[in-house]
Amino acid sequence: MDNPADPADPANPAETVSTARWFARGARQFLSIPAMILMASFVGFAGLARASGIGLVETVVMAGGIWALPSCVVLVGAVQTGASLAATFIAVSLSAFRLMPMVMSIVPVMRAERTSKLTLLFLSHFVAVTAWVFGMAKLPGLPREARAAYFAGFAVTLTSGAMIVAGVSHELAGALPPLLAAGLTLLTPLYFTVSLWGAARLASDRLALAFGVAAWPAMHWLEPNFELIWTGLVGGTAAFLVGRRIDAGRRRRVPAATENAGMEVGP
Amino acid sequence: MNLLTATYHQFDAWWWPYLFILIAGWFANDMWRILGVVLAGRLSDDSAIFTYVKSVATALVAGVIAQLIFLPSGSLGLAPMWLRLLSVAAGFAAYKASRNNVLVAVLVGEAVLLGLWAGLVGMP
Repeated sequence: MDNPADPADPANPAETVSTARWFARGARQFLSIPAMILMASFVGFAGLARASGIGLVETVVMAGGIWALPSCVVLVGAVQTGASLAATFIAVSLSAFRLMPMVMSIVPVMRAERTSKLTLLFLSHFVAVTAWVFGMAKLPGLPREARAAYFAGFAVTLTSGAMIVAGVSHELAGALPPLLAAGLTLLTPLYFTVSLWGAARLASDRLALAFGVAAWPAMHWLEPNFELIWTGLVGGTAAFLVGRRIDAGRRRRVPAATENAGMEVGP
Repeated sequence: MNLLTATYHQFDAWWWPYLFILIAGWFANDMWRILGVVLAGRLSDDSAIFTYVKSVATALVAGVIAQLIFLPSGSLGLAPMWLRLLSVAAGFAAYKASRNNVLVAVLVGEAVLLGLWAGLVGMP
C-alpha cells in the first residue's frame, strides 16, 4: 500500500483496550453491508452445492474449510462435472493462487511487534476477498497492537456466519424460486467486481480487473481447462506493463487522492 | 494410484467426500495462504515484483467473475447472456455514480436483472 486508507470509523487510538474488546469490536462489523452481501452469496453457493449432490455437512465443511467463495464454486463445479481428485485439485489451486499475494499484502498491515507466526498462519485462513478488502481499508487506522484481534473478530465471525448460512440454506435450497436463486447467484460477480475496484490502489489493479474479464472468453475458447491461469497471466502481465507507465506518469504530477475502499460500514 | 483419478461420488465410504474436500479443497487453498505468510516477510509491498504478482492475482479473480457471468451454474444460466452482462455493467456504473457505494451497486444490478427478466424476456 503506497497510501494509507481512511479509516471509516476510527476507534480512538489513545485509549488502550484489551484484546477481547478489540475482537468484539471487529465482530460487530459483521452487521455491515459487505458482510450481508457475502452471507447472501453463500445462500447461492449452498443451492449450487445441493444441486450437485453434495450433502449438508459436506457443504458446511466446504464453506468453513475453503472459505474463499470462488474456490468453493470451482470445487462444486468440478464435483458437478465428475472431475477426478487430481483435476479438481489443480482447478481449485489455480483459482486460489490469488490468496498468496492477498495474504502477503495484508500480513505487514496486520502484524504488530510481538505477533507470532502461528497467529498469522491461523488468521491467514480467514483471508478472502471480503475480509481482505475490510482489513486493507480499516486496519491502518487502528493501533498496531489492536489490528490482529480486530481482524480476527471480524473474519472469524464472518466465516462462522457463512457456515451457518450455508447449512440453513442447504436445508431450504429446494424452496427457492428460480428468479430468486438467479438473483443470489448474480450477487457474487456483482459484489466482487465493485469490491475489487474499491480496494484497487494502483492503475495496474484496475486494469487487471478489466483485462481479466475481457481475456476470459478467449482463454476459455483456447484452453478450456486452464483458462483461469492463462487469464491471470495474460491479463495480469498486460495490466502490469500498461499500469506501470500510467502510475509513473501520475507520480510526476500530483499524487492521486485516496479513495475509500468501498466499505461504508459502521455507525 | 487410483485415488487421484477417483471422482467425488466414486466411493460409498462416508469419509471419502471429506478426504476429497480436505485435499482438493482445503489444502489446494490453504497452501497459498501458508505460502503467503511465509513470503510476507521477504517482499516489500511497493516493489515491482509484488505489483506484478498482485496484477496476476487480480486478473485471476476477474477470470472467476467472468466465469460467473459467461458460464453461470444454476438458474442464472437461463437468463440471456446480454442481460447478465448488462446487469453487472449497470451495477458497476451505479457504483461509480454513487461514489463507491456497494449497496447502490448491488441493488441496481439486481433490479436490472430481475426487472428486465420478469418484464421483457419472460420468466424462466
